[in-house]
Amino acid sequence: MSKTVSLITENYNKYNPDSIDEYINIGGFTGLKNALNMSSDEVINIAKASKVMGRGGAAYPLGRKWEQARSVPGDNKVVICNADEGEPCTFKDRSMLENDPFRLIEGMAIAGYTVGAQNGYLYIREEYRHLQPKMKNAIKQAKEKGYLGNNILGTDFNYDIHVYSGAGAYVCGEGSALIESIEGKSGRPRIKPPFIKQCGLNQLPTCVNNVETLAIGTALLTHGAEKYLSYGTAECPGTKVISIAGNVNKPGVYEIPFGLTLREIIYDIAGGVPGNKKITLFQLGGASGKIGPPSLLDTPYAYDDLHKVGLVIGSGAILVIDENMSVLEFLKSIQEFFCHESCGKCTPCREGNKQIAHILDRLLAGTQKDTDISTLIRLAKLMSQASFCGLGETAQSALLNAIRYFPEEFGLQ
Amino acid sequence: MKEVKISINNQEVVVPQGTTILEAARKIGINIPTLCYHPDQAIKANCRVCVVEVKGSRKLAASCSTPVWDGMEVVTTSKKVLDAQKGVIELLIASHNQDCLNCQRNGTCELQNLAERFNITKTDMDLDILDIPIDDTNPAIVRDPSKCVKCNRCVEACRNTQGVDILTYSHRSDEYIISTPYNLPLNSTLCTYCGQCSAVCPVGAIVERDDTDKVFDVIADEKKHVIVQVAPAIRVSIGDAFGLSEGEIVTGQMVNALKQLGFDKVFDTNFTADLTIIEEGNELIHRLKNGGTLPMITSCSPGWINYIEGKYDHLLDHLSTCKSPQQMFGALSKSYYAEKTGIDPKNIVTVSVMPCTAKKYEAQRPEFNTEGVRDVDIVLTTRELAKMIKMSGLDFKALPETEFDSPFGIGTGAAVIFGATGGVMEAALRTVYEVVVGKEMPSLDFEPARGLKGIKEAEVDLNGTKIKVAVAHSLSNAKKVMDMIDKGECPYTFIEVMACPGGCIGGGGQPITTTLAAKAKRIESTYKIDKEKLPYRKSHENPAINHLYDEYLKEPLGHKSHELLHTHYHPRNKKVADIKLK
Repeated sequence: MSKTVSLITENYNKYNPDSIDEYINIGGFTGLKNALNMSSDEVINIAKASKVMGRGGAAYPLGRKWEQARSVPGDNKVVICNADEGEPCTFKDRSMLENDPFRLIEGMAIAGYTVGAQNGYLYIREEYRHLQPKMKNAIKQAKEKGYLGNNILGTDFNYDIHVYSGAGAYVCGEGSALIESIEGKSGRPRIKPPFIKQCGLNQLPTCVNNVETLAIGTALLTHGAEKYLSYGTAECPGTKVISIAGNVNKPGVYEIPFGLTLREIIYDIAGGVPGNKKITLFQLGGASGKIGPPSLLDTPYAYDDLHKVGLVIGSGAILVIDENMSVLEFLKSIQEFFCHESCGKCTPCREGNKQIAHILDRLLAGTQKDTDISTLIRLAKLMSQASFCGLGETAQSALLNAIRYFPEEFGLQ
Repeated sequence: MKEVKISINNQEVVVPQGTTILEAARKIGINIPTLCYHPDQAIKANCRVCVVEVKGSRKLAASCSTPVWDGMEVVTTSKKVLDAQKGVIELLIASHNQDCLNCQRNGTCELQNLAERFNITKTDMDLDILDIPIDDTNPAIVRDPSKCVKCNRCVEACRNTQGVDILTYSHRSDEYIISTPYNLPLNSTLCTYCGQCSAVCPVGAIVERDDTDKVFDVIADEKKHVIVQVAPAIRVSIGDAFGLSEGEIVTGQMVNALKQLGFDKVFDTNFTADLTIIEEGNELIHRLKNGGTLPMITSCSPGWINYIEGKYDHLLDHLSTCKSPQQMFGALSKSYYAEKTGIDPKNIVTVSVMPCTAKKYEAQRPEFNTEGVRDVDIVLTTRELAKMIKMSGLDFKALPETEFDSPFGIGTGAAVIFGATGGVMEAALRTVYEVVVGKEMPSLDFEPARGLKGIKEAEVDLNGTKIKVAVAHSLSNAKKVMDMIDKGECPYTFIEVMACPGGCIGGGGQPITTTLAAKAKRIESTYKIDKEKLPYRKSHENPAINHLYDEYLKEPLGHKSHELLHTHYHPRNKKVADIKLK
């Protein structure tokens, strides 16, 4: 029996994603209709009851986010759908844009209605440029059918969606850098306060949600919170769309109930490791996510269980590294990514990444200085504590966990 | 305003809501280290030197950008905080060209101070410095990217204070640099050379071009007769460089120091500031009577001239044709002074001490030649003169007061106030009013022109003709006024523009510690000199000026004046606009 489920991804391969009629035929826009028959407070209560955590990486509770966005005063607000999906090994949102674009539009409209926004912005990462026509087509059709525009479905709710892309910088996945990018500036994070929810895009109150989060919104309003809560475990209910890749036989996007173990996901769903090779490590949540050793493979994929052993769900990526690559080689590849993607604005991230790269090079070459390991640890901590934004804060997540779980690699037995 | 109570290192402090941790800490004598922070600029929070612990927060907080909240508990002295602050400083040092002993900012470098404060004696980090060449393509400012700490203070000064927007940041990660459009050298951009970037740079990445050696050389050359003129703003600012209280009046000590340095004559630019007023005032009256281009705009500030020549070149007719006081002095020094003293102009070296980096550029403009020799040969900033005084071992504070030499040593209060924003306007009105109306202004203290408001305006009744005047300082304010003219919505007849915020007392060549607070003190001292220290307060009462007209120039706007004291302006070569993107 398959261990995957189908709730958020229920429409995949069920309709032609270029046709709104087919989407309507399979029950599309029921969630929006239901939402418009409720007060925004009722929608927020459903989101709260579902216990859905945001899927952008920070796992902020959806109900609370919508409630806060709703309570910010202002008659001109903005919803941004963050489809920047820049974390390496993360491609679940792409599958949603490809397979079920109308669900996302429906989710954005529900979010707009709930928080009191007039405009939604869909920020699609530059690398997904080919999906722009698909999304623009979907928006056009939704407008023609009255699901977007003025007086949606005969109500006084007016809402439009605009599509934007950046220039390919990873940091634009960070909410305020994303907003700078939409405003036509270079993608670098803003000082907070003011917080985005009060003063975001064009100084307007702004609610940023991830693609998957908004797709869940559609599911919640279509089927009710109970359906979502019927999946997963008591402590961690619901489902999660994951993307798994690296050294597995069947890389891809899967929807799973929370609570499966990492071993079940890697071996039963993704088909195990090619050639039955040993796993060196796995990384959850993209390049900024944490790594774990094979001894943690029986940990359930659920927020609390992972947290207890120093792991995170993050972006929903699962990267499997087999014995052909060493821990240090892996860290080097991660480091190269961050050396490329740091925006350069703050000292710890700009200079810290560079210094750490030098030390990793020496460790790999066996030419390290006596002080290198202590400097490495010091810099990784400094970056996580003192960086300007989440990029620098989480860039050394893998390294810090490597020191914890693979001390022998650093001569720290 | 609502007040909040917080504790810092278990010390309670009550501050208004909205206060940052940094400000609250300073209030109770806790000096959190900073680098990108500048009291007169927007908060940037990018250097992270000022991080502190806030109880309940996972991360450390940048104290410059974090507002306090009621009940906040802050720790600034823990090992965790000091380690983080020290770590950030070490990272900056590791990417900084540690050329300290050869650096113009040796002794005034904020990174050097931090290294000393944090007892950094060794580092385990790798020295890794960007290999970008020095830009010394212009006469005013030198940029050395290998020393840049990416604090963005210069960008803030260029973009927001000045609205010139030449300096910006570009690239990512360790390639992140402070750059110009298309990374062109400054002389291929519309940089105005105002030098505000060099005045806020915490390190030696942007400095004035150092011309001190040239001055020592010419003084040592016995064939040369070396004279020096000192701008009005120096006497209330150079004391700062010697640890005197901000804005202290040190005219006499300064003159004494210049004499000891070996200048043959020490003159005062105030003399030609008065001359400027006579010429410019008469030019205004002439334009009013003869339907000339109005509003007329002052032309003393070379940063401003560079700006209008670059960005509003279709409005150049609005500029007064008067040369700046520096250049009037230069022209007279190689003509009138040469004739009077019988010294061959080729052997006269005219040095200026200016609060300004753009003056270095101005002195080298091709049009400023008399008899085939440069009107002004070498321009020193306030900072450079302070260095020469230090180098010569003069204890500035203890120097006796000495008088300027004649004939160019006499200036009025009207000339002194050129140093402060609004001063040229006020000085001009003191003379113009009297010429047109036939009696002294009701009050010589023309308050509407004074103070640090960005654009000041007033109405003056000239014998029944009411004219509106305006004063703008900093180029971002100049831009606002120029846009009014551009749109045909300008109600003013006469406008004073100074490129630098606060006027010359806030010039780009002033001592490094120049802040808004220091500027206010310098302005106060400027008006004090005008009112209390000088026998004359109106330019047309300057006996030396009157003698100059009688003996040499004959009349304002006359033939000799046009030859020596007036000029024309030209659109700047817009190389940037011509660059084709490949």
